[in-house]
Amino acid sequence: MRHLLTTQGLPRDEAIAILDVAEDMADVSEREVKKLPTLRGKTVINLFFEDSTRTRISFEAAAKRLSADVINFAAKGSSVSKGENLKDTAQTLAAMGADAVVVRHWASGAPKTLADSGWIDAGIVNAGDGTHEHPTQALLDAFTIRRRLHGSAARGKDLNGVSVTIVGDIVHSRVARSNVWLLTTLGANVTLVAPATLLPVNLSGWPVTVSYDLDHAIAQRPDVIMMLRVQGERMAAAFFPNAREYSKQWGLNDERLQALPASSMVMHPGPMNRGLEISAAAADSPQSTVLEQVANGVSVRMSVLYHLLSGAVER
Amino acid sequence: MSARTVLQHADITRALTRISHEILESNRGSSDLVILGIPTRGVTLARRISAIIHSVDSTVIPTGALDVTMYRDDLAQNPTRATAPTEIPSGGIDGKTVVLVDDVLYSGRTIRAALDAIGSLGRPRSVRLAVLVDRGHRELPIRADFVGKNLPSSADERINVRLEEIDGLDEVTIG
Repeated sequence: MRHLLTTQGLPRDEAIAILDVAEDMADVSEREVKKLPTLRGKTVINLFFEDSTRTRISFEAAAKRLSADVINFAAKGSSVSKGENLKDTAQTLAAMGADAVVVRHWASGAPKTLADSGWIDAGIVNAGDGTHEHPTQALLDAFTIRRRLHGSAARGKDLNGVSVTIVGDIVHSRVARSNVWLLTTLGANVTLVAPATLLPVNLSGWPVTVSYDLDHAIAQRPDVIMMLRVQGERMAAAFFPNAREYSKQWGLNDERLQALPASSMVMHPGPMNRGLEISAAAADSPQSTVLEQVANGVSVRMSVLYHLLSGAVER
Repeated sequence: MSARTVLQHADITRALTRISHEILESNRGSSDLVILGIPTRGVTLARRISAIIHSVDSTVIPTGALDVTMYRDDLAQNPTRATAPTEIPSGGIDGKTVVLVDDVLYSGRTIRAALDAIGSLGRPRSVRLAVLVDRGHRELPIRADFVGKNLPSSADERINVRLEEIDGLDEVTIG
């Protein structure tokens, strides 16, 4: 694999190969010595044009556990705030000998621009671009679901027939987009639940079922319910009357948690707005996979970096 | 190029039986032994050796798998390799005699990687190596302690080990 920019079009076998290696990486994370020499001598640059704590430290931990050198580059306080453009930044990183660049950018498509431009020869990992995609989040979500369902026998399996309901701010959510493509590729049935204002205008070509009623969706007894964060920072206009109204209609509150089958997983990509899209009881229940998702994120990102940086280079 | 069968089912069983006895003999019994197979076929061979020792000595030897993929030195030369699970028996390997088991010993690089992998898992008292076939052409100062069959080969020949549990039959071919 040369780059990881999107889960759309990621072949099923390649996705499963990433998840399978991640299983072995998760085993390493349980050892006393949590380090492998695999990427010794490689340089991974975390290029973050947008604030992020958990994704950045997750990639940092993943790269360090594989013995790569990690350089963190945050746009704030850097030459970018002095007006440097993406091209010059990329060429600077190339001159420093980057083998992989993990990019988070507020503009959808920025990682693809980096990958296609020829400005830099490194492998590019999309760590979230605008409202487009966040492929490693989808991979870690798929990994978390697969692990909860199959335990140690998860290797090689897909998500055939698993029903996943994604709830909330779909239109601004790169997590939702990446999950829709990946989960359906793996055979899951995806339902989107959101107020009409927070759904993309054109859903043709999306392999999903759409619902506007969360209680109805819960009555369908989904295997997984994934609550998305209400992204205040991406909302220039009013998409719903107020927070209380949103919480009442589309939040996973205590009554809805009760209505959900005890076997259903409750997922959230974090950071959570407790009391808005998810209640504290739901977030802290045994059904919640929130902390597993964080732990699994490191394993999945180790696998992604391994797939990008080991192996004969395809050019 | 036609492949020639050099070991058949009975030969493989005999070789593994002999290796099992040699392991017990050199260890003066079965105490503190841990057997670790290197995926894929080394794991199968490790289980067989463990079963043979059990039938001789009626002790259960902790047996597991040691994946060395992430420790290899040729990752940049080949397509990305899939990893396999590493299973370390619950007693760990500290202070134990670890017997590594692989199907074919060739350049010695896999074993070099295995020694590194062991080093990050613990500190065994000693590490021994058992292989079904030693085909020569070592590139590192590594040798096996227990060998099923020495099989002089030229570097362009291919040695295939097939085992019933994985391939449906037991045989070693060269060609």
